[in-house]
Amino acid sequence: MTAQALEQRDLTVVIGLEVHVQLETATKIFCGCSTEAADDEEPNTRTCPVCLGLPGALPVLNEAAVEAAVKIGKALDADVAEETRFHRKNYYYPDLPKNFQITQYDAPICSDGTLEIAVEGDRRDVGIQRAHLEEDPGSLQHEGGGIDTADYTLVNYNRAGTPLMEIVTAPDFRGPAEVRQFLAKLEEVLEYLGVFDSTRDGSLRVDANISLVPSEEARADGTIPTDALEAANRTEVKNISSHKGAEKALAYEVTRQKNAVERGRGVEQETRHWDESRGITVSMRSKEEEKDYRYFREADLPPLQVADWKERVPIPELPDARRERFREEYGLDAEAASKLTSTKEVADFFEDVAAEFDPDLAATWVADNLLGELNYRGMEITDVSGRLDEFKRLVELVAAGDITVKNAEEVVLREMLDEGDDPDTVIEREGLGKAAAGEVEGAVEEAIEENPEAVEDYHEGEEGALNYLVGQVMGKTGGSADPGTVNQLLRERLE
Amino acid sequence: MSLNAFITEETIDGADEGPLAGRTVAVKDNISTEGVRTTCGSEMLEEYVPPYDATVVERLKEAGATVVGKTNMDEFGMGTTTETSAFGPTKNPVDESRVPGGSSGGSAAAVADGQADLALGTDTGGSIRCPAAFCGVVGIKPTYGLVSRYGLVAYANSLEQIGPIAPTVEGAAELLDVLAGPDKRDATTREVERESSYADAADGDVDGLSIGVPTELLDGADDGVLDAFWDVVADLESQGATYHEVNLPSVEHAVQAYYVIAMSEASSNLARFDGVRYGVSGGYEGNWNESFARSREEGFGAEVKRRVLLGTYALSAGYHDKYYAKAQDAREWIKRDFDDAFSEADVLASPTMPVPPFELGESLDDPLQMYLADANTVPVNLANLPAVSVPAGDVDGLPVGLQLVGPKFGEATIVRAASAAE
Amino acid sequence: MSETPVDAEEVRHVADLARVDLDESELEEFAAQFADILDYFDALDEVPEVESETDLVNVMRPDEVREGLTQEEALRNAPETEDGYFKGPRVS
Repeated sequence: MTAQALEQRDLTVVIGLEVHVQLETATKIFCGCSTEAADDEEPNTRTCPVCLGLPGALPVLNEAAVEAAVKIGKALDADVAEETRFHRKNYYYPDLPKNFQITQYDAPICSDGTLEIAVEGDRRDVGIQRAHLEEDPGSLQHEGGGIDTADYTLVNYNRAGTPLMEIVTAPDFRGPAEVRQFLAKLEEVLEYLGVFDSTRDGSLRVDANISLVPSEEARADGTIPTDALEAANRTEVKNISSHKGAEKALAYEVTRQKNAVERGRGVEQETRHWDESRGITVSMRSKEEEKDYRYFREADLPPLQVADWKERVPIPELPDARRERFREEYGLDAEAASKLTSTKEVADFFEDVAAEFDPDLAATWVADNLLGELNYRGMEITDVSGRLDEFKRLVELVAAGDITVKNAEEVVLREMLDEGDDPDTVIEREGLGKAAAGEVEGAVEEAIEENPEAVEDYHEGEEGALNYLVGQVMGKTGGSADPGTVNQLLRERLE
Repeated sequence: MSLNAFITEETIDGADEGPLAGRTVAVKDNISTEGVRTTCGSEMLEEYVPPYDATVVERLKEAGATVVGKTNMDEFGMGTTTETSAFGPTKNPVDESRVPGGSSGGSAAAVADGQADLALGTDTGGSIRCPAAFCGVVGIKPTYGLVSRYGLVAYANSLEQIGPIAPTVEGAAELLDVLAGPDKRDATTREVERESSYADAADGDVDGLSIGVPTELLDGADDGVLDAFWDVVADLESQGATYHEVNLPSVEHAVQAYYVIAMSEASSNLARFDGVRYGVSGGYEGNWNESFARSREEGFGAEVKRRVLLGTYALSAGYHDKYYAKAQDAREWIKRDFDDAFSEADVLASPTMPVPPFELGESLDDPLQMYLADANTVPVNLANLPAVSVPAGDVDGLPVGLQLVGPKFGEATIVRAASAAE
Repeated sequence: MSETPVDAEEVRHVADLARVDLDESELEEFAAQFADILDYFDALDEVPEVESETDLVNVMRPDEVREGLTQEEALRNAPETEDGYFKGPRVS
C-alpha cells in the first residue's frame, strides 16, 4: 500500500498487547532465591548458581508459579493445556544470564480466554490469545548516558529468574483509552487472585503493537482479517509500565502515525521505545534486526500435565461479580459498591462487618469513615485487617447509641488508628461514655435555670435559642450526651 | 605427570568414613568443584573457580572419598581423543604414542595408570566408554536420569550423564552406587526401585542370559577388533549365555541424529560464555555483540567453534525442520528399535569402538571421520539407555572394549554381564 | 562433491548469530568442512516422522526460600565489576 494511497483512506487503529506481569510467589521461577527485594538492596545479593547462569546449574520449576498461572487462566476463562512445556528462546543480551530465556513457545499453559471491558457503556470481550510462563532477565544500568550513548553497562541479576506471566491479547483494541481500561481491569483481577502487586516497581510491562488499517477492510463485526493486518505496517512500542502510561504512549503513537500518513510519508515497520519523561516514542532501529530465536525444547524441564488443576485450584469471586452481588445483596449504589470492592481485602472486611450490622451502616463506616481515615494516613486496609473485631466493636457502640456518631468518627476512630488502642479504652480515656440519664436531665435543668433569657427567646419563637441551650447542656456533659436526646428533653421541659 | 592426565592436581578431602573411605577419585574437569578450578579443558574457563559443588562431588565427599584432581578432557566434552583440550593431549598409558580416547581421556588414563583408584567421567556420545575401551579399563554410562547432572557443565543436556570409571566392574559398580539417586536440583532425575546394590550385581552369573548382537554395529569394525569381540562372546556362551543377531535399521542415522542434536544443544548451552559473569572478557570496544564475539573467538578452540556454528545453523530459521526436527524423529525411531530388541534380549553386545586407539595427531584433519568413529556408542545416548565398556582383549597389545547395552535402568543386568566378561 | 552449497557468506551469517568472531582463514576452512558435514546430515531426510512419547512429567519444587550466593561469591569470577555490579559492554 503506497503512502499516498493510504492517505486517501479512512483509517482504523488496531492495537494488540503483550503484557508481562511479575507473579507474587515467594521464590523465583526456577530456583529458591527470594523474589522479595529488601529496601536499598545491594546488587547481586539475591542470586544463586541457577539464576546467575553459572556453568552446570539447572532449572527446577516452582509449583506456586504454575498454580498462579492456572488461577490466571481460570479467571480469564481460558483453556489450560493438557500438556504444556518450556522452550528456550536464544538471543544474546547482557541481562540474560544464560543468553537464552526459558519461556514457552508452541505449547503455552493457557490459551483462548477473554476479559470483558466496558467501552463507552458497551460491554466488549477482549480476546486473550495465550498466557504463558517465563523467567525475567536481570536489570541493566546504562553508564555514561542513556540507552544510546553509554560506554558500558552495569548489570544486576537480583531480578533475574522472577516468574513472569506473558499475556497476549488479540488485536481487539481500537484506541488508547480501551487499552488503559483493559490494563486497569487486568491488574484488578490479578490482584484479586493474589498473584500480582501493582505497587511493586516493574511488576507490569507492556509491549503494544499498533497498526493503521484502512477502515473498509474491517468486517461487519469489527474484526480485521489477518491478511489486512499483515499488509499494514506494524509498530511495536516497548517500555510501557503502567495503564496510564499505555494510554499516553499509544495516544502519542496514533497521532504520530496519522500525521505521517497525512504528510504522505507512511509508517515504518519498526520497534519504538516509550520515553515517559519526554512523552514521546523513539525509534529503536539500532536494536537487533533479525529475530531468529531458534526455539527448541528445554530438555532440563519435564513437561507439565496440569489441566486438572483448573478444577481444583480455588479462585475468589472476581471483582465484577462481587460488585454485582454487593448491589443486589446489600442494596448498595454503584459508587459504594465500587469503593467497597476496590481491593479484595476491602471487600472481605466490609462483608465481615455487614454480616453483623445493617449494611448501610456498615457501608458508611467502611467506605466513608474507615477508608477515608486510612487514606489520609497513607495506610491500607491490610494494616488494620487484624483489628476487625475492634472496628466492629466501634460500630456496635454507634449502632446502640452508646456513643455519639460525631465522637465515634472524629475522636475514637482516629485515636484507634493513631494510638493503636481499642475503642473502649479510648472512650474511657476521653470520657466519652454515654452520659447517665440522670446526668443529662440534671444538666438540662441547670441549663434552663442558668439561661433565663434564652428560655424566654425560645418561648417567643426563636429556634436558635434552643440550639444555644443544647450547646450549654453538651458543654456540661463534656459532649457525651446525644444532642438529639438533649434537644428532645429541652423541648419537653420547656413546654 | 608425563601422561598429562590432570589439568589441576589438588586434594579435596571427604568424610572420615563411608563406602569409599580410603579411595582416591579423579574428577573430570567439566564437573564443578567448589573452590577448585574447573576448566572443561578450555581457555574460556582457564581461571574459573566454581562457588559450589556438583551433586556428585558432594556424594563422593559424603562417601569418604578423596578427590585427587581434575582430569584432562576434550574441550567442553567435544571430541573422541582428548586432543581438542586447550591444555594439551593426554597420552594413553598402554602406549604413549596413542590417544587415550575421549572426551574423558584424562580420567581413563589416570585410572589405567594407577594415578587414582577411581574416576568420574561424562558420556554424551561415548565419552566414558570410548576412553575406557582405549585404556583397558571399565566405564559405565548410566541411564539418563539415574545420576544428577547438577554441576556438570552442559554440552548436550538431553544426552549426557556422569558415570564411573574403574579398573574392575565391581569397582565401577560401587562408585555408581554412591553417585546414583534422585536430586531435587536436577528435574530430570528420578527414583529407581532396586533390589540390591549395583556392586552386588557384579557376581558373574550369566547363566541363561540372552545376548542380542546388532549387525549394524559390527559393520565397519576392524578385523582385529571383531576377533576380540567374538572371542569374548564365545567366553560368555561357555558360561551359559546365548546370543542371536538383531537388526536396528535406525542406527544407520544415529551419527547424524546425534551430532545434529548435540551440536544444537551445545550452541545454546555454550551461549552463556560471553565474558561478563566469568570467562575471557571481550573488552568494551563497540557494543555487546562485538564484545561477546571477541570473547568467544578467543576463548573457544576450533572444534567447539565448529560445533557451536553447526548447531546454530541446524536450529536456525529455514533449517530447523530439515535438521533439528528430523534428528528428533530419528531419535524416537532409534528408541523404538531398541525397545523392540529388548523384548527378545537381556543385553545387546557390540565392540565399543570399531578400531583400536588412534595414534596421536592421526584424527585431527578430518572432523567428519572422527564423528563416524562414534557410530557404536551414540545410539545408546540417543535411546537414553545404560551401557558399560569392559576390557575384551587386545589387538597387537592395544586395548579393545566390549560394549554391553541394557534396558532402561537395567544397570544391574549390564554389570552382571560385564563381570562375567572380565 | 557436496550437494549443499555453503559459502563463506553463509558461515559468516551463522557466526554472527552465534556471536563468534571468525577470521578469513577460519571462514574458508569452516565453509569447506561444513559442506561435507551438512551433506552427511542430509541423510536425515529419509527418516520417517515419529511421535515422541512423554516420559517424566510434573516435576516441581515447593515455593520455599533457599540460601544462595553472597555478593562476593557471585562476582568472584567476573573479569570486571564496579560497586557490586557486573561490568558489561554497552548495549547499543
